Amino acid sequence: MSEREIMEYDVIIVGAGPAGLSCATRLKQLKPDLMVAVIEKASEIGAHILSGAVIEPGPLDQLLPGWRDNPPPVCVPVEKDELWLLSRTGRRRLPTPPQQKNHGNFTVSLGALCAWMAPQAEALGVDLFPGFAASEIRFTDDGAVGGVIIGDMGIGQDGQPKDTYMQGIEIHAPVTVLSEGCRGHLSKQLIRRYELDKDAQPQTYGIGMKELWRVQPGKSKPGLVQHTTGWPLDSKTYGGSFVYHLDKDRIAVGFVCGLDYEDPEFFPFEAFQQFKHHPMIHELLEDGEILSSGARAIVEGGYQSLPRTEMPGALLIGDAAGLLNVPKVKGTHQAIKSGMLAAEHIAAGASAEGFDARLRDSDIVRELYKVRNIRPAFNKGFWRGMIRAAFETATAGRWPGTLPVHADHACLRKLDGYTAPERDWVDRDLPPRDRLASVYFAATEHDEDQPIHLQILEPDVCTNRCSREFDNPCTRFCPAQVYEMVEAEDAGRRLQINAANCVHCKTCDIKDPYQIINWVTPEGGSGPNYQNM
Amino acid sequence: MKILVGIKRVVDYNVRVRVLPDGSGVDKDGVKMSVNPFDEIALEEALRIKEAGNADEVIVVSVGGDECQQQLRTGLAMGADRAIQVQTGQSLQPLGVAQAFLKIIEREDPGLVIFGKQAIDDDNSQTGQMLAALWERPQATFASKLNIDGQVATVTREVDAGLETVEIDLPAVVTVDLRLNEPRFVKLPDIMKAKRKPLDVLPLDELGVAAESTLSVSHFAPPPQRGKGIMVEDAAQLVQELKNRGLL
Repeated sequence: MSEREIMEYDVIIVGAGPAGLSCATRLKQLKPDLMVAVIEKASEIGAHILSGAVIEPGPLDQLLPGWRDNPPPVCVPVEKDELWLLSRTGRRRLPTPPQQKNHGNFTVSLGALCAWMAPQAEALGVDLFPGFAASEIRFTDDGAVGGVIIGDMGIGQDGQPKDTYMQGIEIHAPVTVLSEGCRGHLSKQLIRRYELDKDAQPQTYGIGMKELWRVQPGKSKPGLVQHTTGWPLDSKTYGGSFVYHLDKDRIAVGFVCGLDYEDPEFFPFEAFQQFKHHPMIHELLEDGEILSSGARAIVEGGYQSLPRTEMPGALLIGDAAGLLNVPKVKGTHQAIKSGMLAAEHIAAGASAEGFDARLRDSDIVRELYKVRNIRPAFNKGFWRGMIRAAFETATAGRWPGTLPVHADHACLRKLDGYTAPERDWVDRDLPPRDRLASVYFAATEHDEDQPIHLQILEPDVCTNRCSREFDNPCTRFCPAQVYEMVEAEDAGRRLQINAANCVHCKTCDIKDPYQIINWVTPEGGSGPNYQNM
Repeated sequence: MKILVGIKRVVDYNVRVRVLPDGSGVDKDGVKMSVNPFDEIALEEALRIKEAGNADEVIVVSVGGDECQQQLRTGLAMGADRAIQVQTGQSLQPLGVAQAFLKIIEREDPGLVIFGKQAIDDDNSQTGQMLAALWERPQATFASKLNIDGQVATVTREVDAGLETVEIDLPAVVTVDLRLNEPRFVKLPDIMKAKRKPLDVLPLDELGVAAESTLSVSHFAPPPQRGKGIMVEDAAQLVQELKNRGLL
């Protein structure tokens, strides 16, 4: 293997989401002469971004004053908030909690927002490189992070270079900013290597699945923001939905399930589809068409799960650190603020050192502290969670003590001795029929002749233990049907990995009960091609 | 010799294309745009010819609005030496594009002009052929093999009956098919280098091309939805259902 070509920058940012782009933009605003690059594994900015999303505009006003005169393509001011408790056929309106009052906020497509931020960053001189995946960290001789190594392109499934082989370059920088989003694969490695989470609770997550629909004229009420909880979930499974009404007869509908669910047979994708068949939602969607669909894990741990966010030569921002505010159902404003804070920190001192203290002292973490006990309260079930949530909201989190959380993968109950609750689910008639029909709308694309990017560290466990203990939950929690148990040639069954379906959501890496699935980045440019998601 | 490569900015092949509800066109809102895949193959071939020593300059040319500069920069990053944008806000028919290319040929005097066999948005497969006729030079289309030897090109064409090999005198027009080559990946440092390579903008009317459309598209519609099937119990019922539908 020949020596890799090297490019040098002052700051290299991994991931062009709201955190990464905000950091890059702010850096150039503060110090125009800094050499700043952002690399992004998606083929274009926004293609891997999926979110509700209702955003608080405050941080955007600070970063890009005047943005309201030239707003991103999907940007609808919120007019009305509704929270509903659903039963299979009925519904009850609940009072809107203060964290979900969205006056002054905007419903956007986060992907379109990032695609809109990108040229503004480039105009300031940021070098943006979509289509390039950072596959490894480059370490300096004294063990600090010294940049990243771009993944090689053109390697076959057998691991051998093909005719189109192109070696990835090394990008050297004194500061590396990890803004990979929830459960970023490099962030995961670095957290382990530097033991950044040793003083924190385990990080916890949810899976968010979303579909963008064009509905019959008149059905969408632009500016209406609806959230639901209750059916189709049971009282022990955390989660709920969002229905965000947009312009041009579009509705963004989505469903989130906490990945701390205990039922090994639980099927998150099916729960989402069931929700769409509630009379209130079915009426909105019938005779409509799906424009786009996809899924992504969401970080839920908040304050108690926050790792140390700095290490020699690098820092974590956005959801790579885990800054999303679960009761608000919002993380974008946190991501943008953390990107700006990191930029200000780097511009002042040119190193990562001291960033963690600054972050913990900022209103980003103060916001998380106030709501730290709300999500974990639901570990005791829906009703106790609601009561505690109301209490925490009323006291603004001032009641001392912090509820613990448990690692999601350890929450799955074994089949033996467990009885799943009655689901009371219905027959379906709305598209998509199943996960394969759904993944079509994610427009995900991977060259099939490349190494499988979902590494199973102990493959025998799948057939020898997991089938018996948990009935292979990966075949259910993956929203893209990547994992299937199929007939093996020599009797019995084997795990088949349809890696080309992957939408890069990271749920498998999180929820697999044995923690033997390791998600790594495939060839740059692969993965979903989300539009307006 | 110089090689001109025509590239077109089209909707990316991964996009799930949708017809607008009023039938006036295709929904391109927020949709990913890329270099036409066959044009990438054409550019790859031009670069290989240059690397083999049979050409000294590869120029990528695109006809369209300023957005197509993004695709021209991709061409430069792949290895082209220069780029030319024939600037126009109108959507041109293949004949108009061919006329624009003829003017570029008059300026640049290339030995070879290569296009992709067709664009994946309109699937016309006309521009290369029309250009050759206007230029009064030979053409070899659907090339799956191309060999340059001095002033002669030997081209294997993929045709309905199989493979056909022709020899043509240069300068000529070649359009390329899928199996000609596999385009190279772009290297990050080359993207940086591409920013410094020359990209000239030539307004269409300055070239003296009258871009009038003789065709107008009246309506777009998606393919009809497949109707729901029914399950039949046995062969007798199948026969009955076929008879009911007048198929037997």
